[in-house]
Amino acid sequence: MCRIWFRMSQPSDSTGAKGGEQSAEGGSHVSVFLNTHTAALNPETKLFSAFTADTHTSKVYLAGRECLNEEGQTFVLPLVGKLKKQISADPTLCPEYPSSLGLAEFTKRATEFALGKNSLALMENRVFGIQTIGCTGAVRLGAELLKHWYNTRAAWCGPVYLSSPCDDSLASIFEAAGIQDIHYYFYWDAKQRDVCVEKLLADLEQAPEQSVVVLSASAHCPTGADLSEQHWALIIQLMMRRRLFPFILLPVQGLCCGDLQRDAWPVQHCASQGMELLCAQSFSHCFGLYGDGVGNLLCVLKQSSLLSAVQSQADRLVRALWARPSVGGARVVATVLSNPAYLTKWQEEVKHIVERCMLIRERLRERLRLLGSPGCWDHLIKQRGLYCCTGLNGQQVEFLSKRRHVYLLPNGCLNVSAINSSNLDYIAESIHLALTSAL
Amino acid sequence: LALAMSIFSEVPQAPPVAVFKLTADFREDSHPQKVNLGVGAYRTDDSQPWVLPVVKKVERLIVEDSSLNHEYLPILGLPEFRSAASKVALGEDSAAIKDNRVGGVQALGGTGALRIGAEFLRRWYNGVNNTATPVYVSAPTWENHNAVFADAGFKDIRPYHYWDAAKRGLDLSGFLDDLEKAPEHSIFVLHACAHNPTGTDPSQDEWKKIAEIMKRRNLFVFFDSAYQGFASGSLEKDAWAIRFFVSEGFELLVAQSFSKNFGLYNERVGNLTVVARDNENLTRILSQMEKIVRTTWSNPPSQGARIVGKTLNCPELFAEWKDNVKTMADRVLLMRDQLKAKLQALGTPGTWDHITQQIGMFSFTGLNPKQVEFMIKEKHVYLMASGRINMCGLTTKNIDYVAQSIHEAVTKVQ
Repeated sequence: MCRIWFRMSQPSDSTGAKGGEQSAEGGSHVSVFLNTHTAALNPETKLFSAFTADTHTSKVYLAGRECLNEEGQTFVLPLVGKLKKQISADPTLCPEYPSSLGLAEFTKRATEFALGKNSLALMENRVFGIQTIGCTGAVRLGAELLKHWYNTRAAWCGPVYLSSPCDDSLASIFEAAGIQDIHYYFYWDAKQRDVCVEKLLADLEQAPEQSVVVLSASAHCPTGADLSEQHWALIIQLMMRRRLFPFILLPVQGLCCGDLQRDAWPVQHCASQGMELLCAQSFSHCFGLYGDGVGNLLCVLKQSSLLSAVQSQADRLVRALWARPSVGGARVVATVLSNPAYLTKWQEEVKHIVERCMLIRERLRERLRLLGSPGCWDHLIKQRGLYCCTGLNGQQVEFLSKRRHVYLLPNGCLNVSAINSSNLDYIAESIHLALTSAL
Repeated sequence: LALAMSIFSEVPQAPPVAVFKLTADFREDSHPQKVNLGVGAYRTDDSQPWVLPVVKKVERLIVEDSSLNHEYLPILGLPEFRSAASKVALGEDSAAIKDNRVGGVQALGGTGALRIGAEFLRRWYNGVNNTATPVYVSAPTWENHNAVFADAGFKDIRPYHYWDAAKRGLDLSGFLDDLEKAPEHSIFVLHACAHNPTGTDPSQDEWKKIAEIMKRRNLFVFFDSAYQGFASGSLEKDAWAIRFFVSEGFELLVAQSFSKNFGLYNERVGNLTVVARDNENLTRILSQMEKIVRTTWSNPPSQGARIVGKTLNCPELFAEWKDNVKTMADRVLLMRDQLKAKLQALGTPGTWDHITQQIGMFSFTGLNPKQVEFMIKEKHVYLMASGRINMCGLTTKNIDYVAQSIHEAVTKVQ
């Protein structure tokens, strides 16, 4: 059954109209914006505010989006730092307006990166990539493209299917693009602490033809629980049979399993099955380029004859959104991806992050075992990437923040990289208490 | 494999953007004396893009600064950039800023600022989600204005009289008439200075007349400010209209771009300044702006904002920047003077005063489409079909050739 997820970002009630006073000269003293509601704080902001206000010395924030190092600082890749310096000193680079499609070298490399150099779709010239402002920009652009151009004959308005749970900004991005018809497909099974593909398939079976389905290639946010190759085979079969359109998220290629191919495999596989698809890529995490907003929207079409037209329409949408992207971060990524020596160095540095995250997961699981925490904690090491769904329920999560000053996302998910040797014991202990205290 | 139809099989090719096509044609042209008077970016007298010395200096400072964090910027942007940017538009001693009713939203260039502003107005202005509110843009205007407001959901975008082709100046009576006739609460997009594409700005008296009607008829003011400092060489002069409207008590939006006046075309630095009636309104407005930004790009890029923020907030760097801006503005003014003088010396028919009366990067020469075609095809001087030229494309090396070409166009082609 499809489940409609109640959105957390309903506007609060109007603060009430202000009394209007007409001035003697004419014109009202009432603001033209008196009907503007105060937007409900987005959940992330709310949580972080609570954390900031918390004065407890052991407080720890595990709900952030950046990848942190052992010292709790945002991870800076040494290679990226070096390249940024190099690029800023390069006198040949000129401050021109970039193309609205972005830096050509970047989009070429980013697209190849996801699809693999030997992709048939690439060789048949039915793929284009557009540089976007991060993953959000890529999803927004993809949503606008679908809203405007999916099946021009019928005014397509959705539905769009998102995983339950998913990144909480996803639904609002599609809504902002004018697609209000959002549904959720079963994904995370809280009891099994894993993906339940049977229920997922059952939900997608109910989706009307021409639905767009947003799927995560790897490092699912926020659970860290990914679909296996067998799962993908079943899903793709169903989607092709029911004419569902895949919109794949690829947020951290390389940072999930440490294997570029493996992390992008679902995208490559869909393309090799002859599917049309959109893919939203981000390079923020795997290059530590948070401040640069480097994303790519990749589009695989069925025929090369469509490429020019579809790309031109995407281009037109870009020009009314942000006109052109900023180039700094894209230059760094393009430099790395086009230089074998840099690529190797970068993969080493990324592997370091991946190994650290895996180690943290293992150590957390071990700690819980030693503490005698109830339940099975294998899912911690089965999941990959930055995020982890602990399986803790709402009450337990609240206990953690209120009584132990350990802040998880409301759905029990956390950012693994925020755990380090200084706070691991306290966190494990806290989870243990959450599980064993009478709540 | 069932070969289903592509979902995109009926997508038509979008029309090419005129100004980009012009540049593409220019690039392919091999004529030794070709001149590009199309695209809107600053060029030195050697026809090169110019990295402002102050920008080079600040970039170095930033790259050396190991204390800078590498996190996502807040959704609304870099705080010190936002406040400094709004201050540069409204002035050091702005009462509105002192009253705490001014806020900024960092955006991806001027376009990003316009889009966020448009999205906000469509959702929260003149009712809730009222897509029928008329949006007026000048005739002519920057061609992207239409697309930004249309894509934000507005269904009724109309021109207001602006350029008088016969007298080569502002059609003030037509403009004022449109203001009187516009439905109450209509949104008007006003160019703060250096009108694109005509280069023709209202005088202070004319702005006063415009403001009087807009206030009386409850029309909404949305300024597009892409050339502050670049037009006259003075930040204050170029912001006069904005500051006047604020002093008249208008709630308004200003989409600011720092692409031209900082030469930061590829860093995408913009700011949407919000002037609200009071702090309580401002807070509510900014909360909705944050929601809108979160679904568009989520976190803006940091580099450009850092450069501009650092420059504006440091007195020495600020002074140096003003100097750099004046360098650019002065070169444009010089080219205007020289072009007019040369056309007059050649005895080119018609009056050419509008070249020096107009301001900023662009000038509406008054050349008609046939004459423009002649310029491009026969003389390899590229300009827009509207007759718009970018003064920055003129240099001491090519100005004689351009003047001569205009002379021929006017005398040979009717």
